[in-house]
Amino acid sequence: MSRPERRGRGGLRGAALLLGVLVLLSLFGPRASPYSYSALDWRHLAVPPGFAGEHWLGTDSLGRDLYVRTLYGLRLSLLIGVLASGVSVLIGVAWGAAAGWVGGRLDAWMMRVVDVLYALPYLFIVLILAALFGRGNLAVLLVGIGAVGWLTLARVVRAQTLSLKRREFIEAARATGLSGAQVLWRHVLPNLAGTVVVYATLLVPQMIVYESFLSFLGLGVEPPRASLGSLINAGARQMLSAPWLLLVPATVLVLLLLAFNLLGDGLRDVLDPTGR
Amino acid sequence: MFGYTLRRLVGIAPVLLILLTVSFFVVRLAPGGPFASARALPARTRAELERLYGLDRPLGVQYLDYLDALAHGNLGPSYSMRDDTVAELIGAGLPVSATLGVAALLLGVAFGVAFGVGAALHPGAVLDRLLKLFAALTLALPSFVTGPLLALAFGLWLHWLPVAGWQPDAPRFLVLPAVTLALPLAASVARLMRASLLEVLQASYVRTARARGLGRARVLWHHALRPALVPVVSYLGPAATYLVTGSLVVETVFELPGTGRYLVQGAIDRDYTLVMGMVLVYGLLTLLANLAADLVHAWLDPRVRHESP
Repeated sequence: MSRPERRGRGGLRGAALLLGVLVLLSLFGPRASPYSYSALDWRHLAVPPGFAGEHWLGTDSLGRDLYVRTLYGLRLSLLIGVLASGVSVLIGVAWGAAAGWVGGRLDAWMMRVVDVLYALPYLFIVLILAALFGRGNLAVLLVGIGAVGWLTLARVVRAQTLSLKRREFIEAARATGLSGAQVLWRHVLPNLAGTVVVYATLLVPQMIVYESFLSFLGLGVEPPRASLGSLINAGARQMLSAPWLLLVPATVLVLLLLAFNLLGDGLRDVLDPTGR
Repeated sequence: MFGYTLRRLVGIAPVLLILLTVSFFVVRLAPGGPFASARALPARTRAELERLYGLDRPLGVQYLDYLDALAHGNLGPSYSMRDDTVAELIGAGLPVSATLGVAALLLGVAFGVAFGVGAALHPGAVLDRLLKLFAALTLALPSFVTGPLLALAFGLWLHWLPVAGWQPDAPRFLVLPAVTLALPLAASVARLMRASLLEVLQASYVRTARARGLGRARVLWHHALRPALVPVVSYLGPAATYLVTGSLVVETVFELPGTGRYLVQGAIDRDYTLVMGMVLVYGLLTLLANLAADLVHAWLDPRVRHESP
């Protein structure tokens, strides 16, 4: 029993390290280069990567520095991923805790809504919304993709709330005269924290994928700004003449997703009582 | 079983109606309209066009008109591609999208089940470890990354397969898109299959069957596989939802003339009827696929049938 756990911790440490490096790179990496993400360098168009030149990871067809653009895109993807997960967590915890805590008909009705939404190609609706209202509008993007991810969390939180509700310490809290809302806030929600942290960590990579997906379809961030998705899209269009434009942002995205997924899995082994 | 099927089938109608109603009003809420495009039309022409399509009438009336036409099987004209009706556009694109979806589904399930069974038979062995790696990688590789990468490797560098495009009756064009779409599905199915078969192999009836002297292969085939498939089958509902969304990416990456492109382009062009047609087709498709998965589940596992739906 001890071996897999130790191995899980090792994976956790590795994932946290990788993620830390990526976050630091996204924050401070662009400063190492004299170029900005939107600066055009007409003397160096579509230069391949190489340490000899001024552009370490090459440039795109407009002469923009790929190193800076990728890290800038990484920053935006991270930011959107984390904020959208925040939206998801807020909705999911509120929905699940309310359904589990109140119970009865409200619970049945709320979970029915979740079931119905589960069966819908939800991302399609977000896609339509993004095309209609939010091309380049980050707030619409955030709320839109954030509203996709809360369903699973709502189910998990509800199940946990239901099982917590029957525990003795909750009964004891009620017996001391606290109101339902106070018990929920002070005793139930803190006990959900571990599960919520695990699911939130696993949500971030999902949200990053959704955002990249929208940006890939041209519905996310607008140029000259870049996210990893829009960079991959631009790279895929020129992959014969300039494959590095695809390979560099794709590699960074894969590393980012890998780090978050491994972190989430590692945290689940440590924190989540249901996952064992 | 018949009663269960009927109940579930009837249950689809209100969900579809809600979906259509919400979409109808949300689409109309967006700024702009089908004829308020960049190349501005003279005001009179525009007014005339809007009158022709009934867009000058009150929204509630338009909604009822749309539902009425829909009830008669009429999806309406397309505003942006004025030579075609929405039904014609969907009719032209759907065979391509459906071929892609079915190919990916078969590929993903077949590969996933085989991989999962192989890994479960020898836990910890090479195949099992490969599965772990494969699952972790597919989680980190969304289709809009694997698609271009596969096209780069097998299309541009190795010249084995076409990079993009579509020709009817030329399965070569289907290989890379179907594989791209099938990979995440295969990973999920393989993981589910592995976990559930491992559990079933621990069951006492499997031990009894072995104790009666049946060979491993026979026990696996006759006793273990069917119950182990139940979780895989119930995953087919979410898988259908994934395929519907994923096909959109894959169709974009490989420039397939399916229905996917109409959704985004229709929404950008404010082609109301086209967007509604897409919502209807894809909504119905996912709901029916989820239903089909539930029905197979109920057939495999009688307990499901007797719960209230």
